[in-house]
Amino acid sequence: MSTAQSLTTPAWSQDSQGRSTQWQPLCSRRDLVAHSGVVAWFAGAQVALFYLPDMPEGEQLYAIHNRDPQSGANVIGRGMIGHLHGSLVVASPLYKQHFRLQDGQCLEQPELSLTVWPVRLNGDQVEILAPDSASASN
Amino acid sequence: MAAHSGPKQQLVIVGNGMVGHHCLEQLVEQGALDAFEIHVFGAERQRAYDRVHLSEYFGGRDAESLALGQAELYAREGVQLHLDCPVLELDPQAREVVTAQGRFRYDQLVLATGSWPFVPPISGATGTAQLVYRTLDDLDAIRAAATTARRGVVVGGGLLGLEAANALKSLGLEAHVVEFAPRLMPVQLDAEGGAALRARIEALGVTVHLSRATSEIVSGEEYRWRMNFSDGEYLETDLVVFSAGIRPQDALARAAGLPIAERGGVVVDNWCRTGDPAIFAIGECASWNGQIFGLVAPGYQMARLVAAQLLGKDAQPFTGADMSTKLKLLGVDVGSIGDAHGATPGSRSYRFIDEATDTYRRMVVSADGKHLLGAVLVGDNSYYDSLLQYAQNGIRLPADPASLILPQSAGAPALGVDALPESATICSCHNVSKGAVCCQVDAGVTDLGELKAATRAGTGCGGCSALLKQVFEHELSARGVAVDHSLCEHFSHTRQELYGIIRVEGIKRFEDVLARHGKGSIGCDICKPAIGSILASCWNEPVMDPALVPLQDTNDTFMANMQKNGTYSVVPRIAGGEITPDKLIVLGEVARKYDLYTKITGGQRIDLFGAQLHQLPDIWAELIAAGFETGHAYGKSLRTVKSCVGSTWCRYGVQDSVGMALKLENRYKGLRAPHKIKFGVSGCTRECAEAQSKDIGVIATERGWNLYVAGNGGMRPRHAELFATDLDEETLIRTIDRFLMFYIRTADRLQRTSTWRESLDGGLDYLKKVILEDSLGLGAELEEQMQQVIDRYECEWANALKDPEKLKRFRTFVNDQRADPDIRFVRERGQPRPAPGNHLKLIPIEEEAL
Repeated sequence: MSTAQSLTTPAWSQDSQGRSTQWQPLCSRRDLVAHSGVVAWFAGAQVALFYLPDMPEGEQLYAIHNRDPQSGANVIGRGMIGHLHGSLVVASPLYKQHFRLQDGQCLEQPELSLTVWPVRLNGDQVEILAPDSASASN
Repeated sequence: MAAHSGPKQQLVIVGNGMVGHHCLEQLVEQGALDAFEIHVFGAERQRAYDRVHLSEYFGGRDAESLALGQAELYAREGVQLHLDCPVLELDPQAREVVTAQGRFRYDQLVLATGSWPFVPPISGATGTAQLVYRTLDDLDAIRAAATTARRGVVVGGGLLGLEAANALKSLGLEAHVVEFAPRLMPVQLDAEGGAALRARIEALGVTVHLSRATSEIVSGEEYRWRMNFSDGEYLETDLVVFSAGIRPQDALARAAGLPIAERGGVVVDNWCRTGDPAIFAIGECASWNGQIFGLVAPGYQMARLVAAQLLGKDAQPFTGADMSTKLKLLGVDVGSIGDAHGATPGSRSYRFIDEATDTYRRMVVSADGKHLLGAVLVGDNSYYDSLLQYAQNGIRLPADPASLILPQSAGAPALGVDALPESATICSCHNVSKGAVCCQVDAGVTDLGELKAATRAGTGCGGCSALLKQVFEHELSARGVAVDHSLCEHFSHTRQELYGIIRVEGIKRFEDVLARHGKGSIGCDICKPAIGSILASCWNEPVMDPALVPLQDTNDTFMANMQKNGTYSVVPRIAGGEITPDKLIVLGEVARKYDLYTKITGGQRIDLFGAQLHQLPDIWAELIAAGFETGHAYGKSLRTVKSCVGSTWCRYGVQDSVGMALKLENRYKGLRAPHKIKFGVSGCTRECAEAQSKDIGVIATERGWNLYVAGNGGMRPRHAELFATDLDEETLIRTIDRFLMFYIRTADRLQRTSTWRESLDGGLDYLKKVILEDSLGLGAELEEQMQQVIDRYECEWANALKDPEKLKRFRTFVNDQRADPDIRFVRERGQPRPAPGNHLKLIPIEEEAL
């Protein structure tokens, strides 16, 4: 899955399972904490949002699942951001595994990975690319 | 090794001391269990322990921590350890040993029975006037006798005798040493060396009586016993410990008719074989060439030789052993190498004597002046390693040999490790040569821990640690491998270097440190908190400032301790463990209102568990309104100052320990450090606050306060060391200021004071010089820096509650009011606790929003 964040991405598209997806509002830019994470509720899922305003356009915002697979606790959004072996990562605050923000892959345990969502800033609005039905099932 | 078929041979090892243990360890490691079933018989109740460090038993180490190797070794199939089971008789004809548990047959037998302490036949030497210093049971007997004693005497001024004197001193007794010879350690030291050692030891409060022979012991007047000397003098004491030499424990072999040496000991040949081909003898019970070897290294050498032979491997014969030794006796460095007395015909000596500091060094060189034959060191063993290498490896001496023992402005003269031949022994306990270290480096080992695991070098007495590290790092550099002290991939500096940089350049932001001295623009979860902590130690700005937030570990960010289910525990400060009933009621009410699991901590505080992220500000608003402030339980910072109730209530207290604990806790609260810091303050010597297991321990005396430092509980307990005595309040606080700031400046990331102290070159003496004598001229600076941190203290929670921006992060969801639906509790013993994992509503990831 790519982290298409550019505003040139079409307003809707299809996900890997063929469901149609579209950009949906999640929260506001003011809700974000620079260089760090917050968590948004999206249609029954917990989405950790990491905001790196000093990065180049298109690489500033990441959405990754909030549940730490090792502990089962919803804590990834409270992890620390870092740069390891060429990738941006978040360290789980409980057992310190590193997950790549780009694709959710765990660096230490290849069998672990987290869902990531395409996410973008549209003006002051944070938007997530997800299936249409998702917002209805809230 | 190849698997053996047929029935296994029976191997019996008699004796479970250091040498017997080493023999078993070598056998098992090399696969002996394929061919042998091994029975080990020990007369003592404990399995093999480290007799070399026996005196630490009174310094806080227990029997378990002195035990050698892993207990699993003795649980291996094919190994049977019989403790408290002395072998009563050997029957070489039947090839059986006789014990109280019955008779055991053997095919091969190894005698490792060690030695016993010799007590000269002196009339009246009974009970507490006839103690010895050899086993843990002996030490327990000494401890028991010491409880009602004021003064203790050790008979014998050799190595063990001085160790025993140290033990008496650490039990709080006035210690005396009585030696028959005209000097201390007559075997290892010459007259001048003995004199320097005596001066140093007397300065430590141990009285030394030389050239004294005890003729009888009778009842005393002022003390329990009176020792009458042959010259008509006498000395009174409450207990007497004999350390007048050891005798080989050869009784079994003697009774079985094996050849015994004239001066005792089972006679062995170059292969450690006794008169019976099925019986070996190793260690202190064996006599080789009429000599007994009372050191651990030759014993280990024999153990390895016998293990190799039993396994049918090649072995080098035993041809004697180097009796060189270096030790710290009562904190005084003593070293003796080779021909310390200059007994070799034609040999010449160089001597250096410094009577101002009672330091002595002597070198014995060959007649042609080309080789070192022996040496004596008192007061400074930093010269030992180089001298030993010269002596052991026959390295040609420099043109001016005296330079090797003359004081150098830049410390001890270093024999470049590159000058050592491949055959040079680095670790004599495990017989690891420089060549073996090189092999490991060639095989790709780049980590010192890995090297130690692979070769076991440095894991015996530990005396070679510094040399091992030097050789290892030198070999790495020689192969072009950079010796890596980097903090992480973003900083090629140690924490200590970064501290210096940040302080000197006055840098206040992580980005600036990274831009000027690091790589990349983000950092990682290693360097960010490390630098965050340094910035806090230096400038003490609130951790919730926007520039600092991304640097904090989650616990620091949310100023609470994350638990396994993502909730937090809240620990308000209860300084010194003192709390009013009103505040206690507030804690109870808050806990009830938010349904928090409540538990008393080991640090005399109250921990409230199960708070969700969004509840933290509300909980803290209530706590702060009631006068609480943050307890920093989440930070690498001062945690608690544990105290006993002290002189205000306790009938034994001599000072107000609670008052002192409050002063200290309020002074250092909020101080960020490389790791957490704990204090304890006790109001008298009964030490109810357990201050000696803390980073800083303060114990009241009649005249003021004794300061202990660098203790630790937890995973690696360490007894704190006495740092200064009878301090007044002002001096105490100044000393702690300096100590803590020096620790903050120089320690590694996540290094407690205990490990920091152990890693300091020069050890406690160096630390005392820096802190108490201000040898680096840093005192005023350290105090000033501490004052700066103290002046800027602010409760982080009070600060955060005032600022809506900072509270933004305390939302479970930024776009929804709900709590985390996955956090569930069950009730147990009337309180909530996290629902076990299978109660969690775990939604398979695919079925979720996408």
